[in-house]
Amino acid sequence: MADVEGLPIRCRDAEVVRDGTRLVGAVDLTIERGTLTAVIGPNGAGKSTLLRLLHGLVAPAKGTVQWGTHDRRPARQAMVFQRAVLLRRSAAANVRYALHLAGIRGSEAESRIAETLADVGLRAIADRSARVLSGGEQQRLALARAWALRPEVMFLDEPTASLDPKATRAVEDIVRDIHARGTTVVMSTHNLAQAKRLATDVLFLAEGRQVEHTPAARFFTSPRTSEAAAFLEGERL
Amino acid sequence: MHTFSESLAVAAALLAHLDAGLLRIVELSLRVSLTATLLAAAIGLPLGATIAVGHFGGRRFLTVLLNSFMGLPPVVVGLVVYLLLSRAGPLGALGVLFTPTAMVVAQTILIVPIVAALSRQIVADAWDEYREQLTSLGASTPRAAVTLLWDTRFSLATVLLAGFGRAVAEVGAVIIVGGNIEGVTRVMTTTIALETSKGDLPLALALGIILICIVLLLNAAAALVRGWALVRHG
Repeated sequence: MADVEGLPIRCRDAEVVRDGTRLVGAVDLTIERGTLTAVIGPNGAGKSTLLRLLHGLVAPAKGTVQWGTHDRRPARQAMVFQRAVLLRRSAAANVRYALHLAGIRGSEAESRIAETLADVGLRAIADRSARVLSGGEQQRLALARAWALRPEVMFLDEPTASLDPKATRAVEDIVRDIHARGTTVVMSTHNLAQAKRLATDVLFLAEGRQVEHTPAARFFTSPRTSEAAAFLEGERL
Repeated sequence: MHTFSESLAVAAALLAHLDAGLLRIVELSLRVSLTATLLAAAIGLPLGATIAVGHFGGRRFLTVLLNSFMGLPPVVVGLVVYLLLSRAGPLGALGVLFTPTAMVVAQTILIVPIVAALSRQIVADAWDEYREQLTSLGASTPRAAVTLLWDTRFSLATVLLAGFGRAVAEVGAVIIVGGNIEGVTRVMTTTIALETSKGDLPLALALGIILICIVLLLNAAAALVRGWALVRHG
């Protein structure tokens, strides 16, 4: 990852507004290289919106987002959405499509496809149509498509929300592996146990506000705010 | 009823013996309408996709316009094309009035709005689903449009079949610009109209049967393709 330049991501007093409603506000944070940040919070807290803001899919109505020294989102980012959006073509062709858009073609693309599909355990079904795969396989393929780009930062929007425990474990293993290989990960999740298992940092949101952004170990043992403590208590019940 | 059963018997004989005159009419009908459908696809699919995913003023107006033009009266289209291609018209020098080319032009104009409007709706629905993912992957707007056209290809095939169905069953425009000249511009629908007015019902009925069979076959093919695509590609 020698040519990285989209990190750290700095958000300064950013606010996202849609149709006159503030979805997320008062976001002031820095995503450092090499972290795995779990974005947690109750329903409607603005987790997905925040990920889209950090990925550059939505522009802040107020404040700024900066990727490294850039004001525009750099190319080497990828996002996996809660519901995998796969093209109506084979698993391999889905990965190939992303690589072609990134300017990677020919034998380099083909070897990257084979390698990445093997990484997520889908090598054997590379030629199968993506839309007929199981939910877990589709999510792994979405991860593979994102990972094939070897992104500097990967955003994951509740990637295991609709998966069974086995598929969830498989996705977690892949996320852990991707992070271990040097990719910075920002992942929203409803699953506190998952956040504990994976995250180095926790970003806690409530009602569209950033409440805490702290190392995961500290957040789960001694949250700084009463809101976070109450949320953790509620989750334990 | 007697006339009907007699006509039906003669029509069956014409079909059974693959009457040369009958086949010539069917062949011209298919050639004209398939060409018009291909041209309408070449114009209508990119147009529909561009309106669906593009960012430009007047998109809503264009959508309303296309939707309205889906119901263009064929005789009006025929009249306009006639005026354009007639000797005194702006395209009169081409000398294509009363030729299959003029019929292709008329049918293309008639079905471009159908292809464009329906494909716009299909691509717009897909765009709602794919927009964030394609944007995330860095797809430009033209690239996204091409991707969506390919990904909705099975639904779009049904749109083209609908366009072809409209073209092959149309009579008002082609009779004006083609002139219904035997052996030159006589197609199934114009022959049915002519033979019925002359009281020669068997040929009209045979062509009517073929026309209905073509429409049925098209619908069956569309259903099969969609069913296969659903199983194969999800």
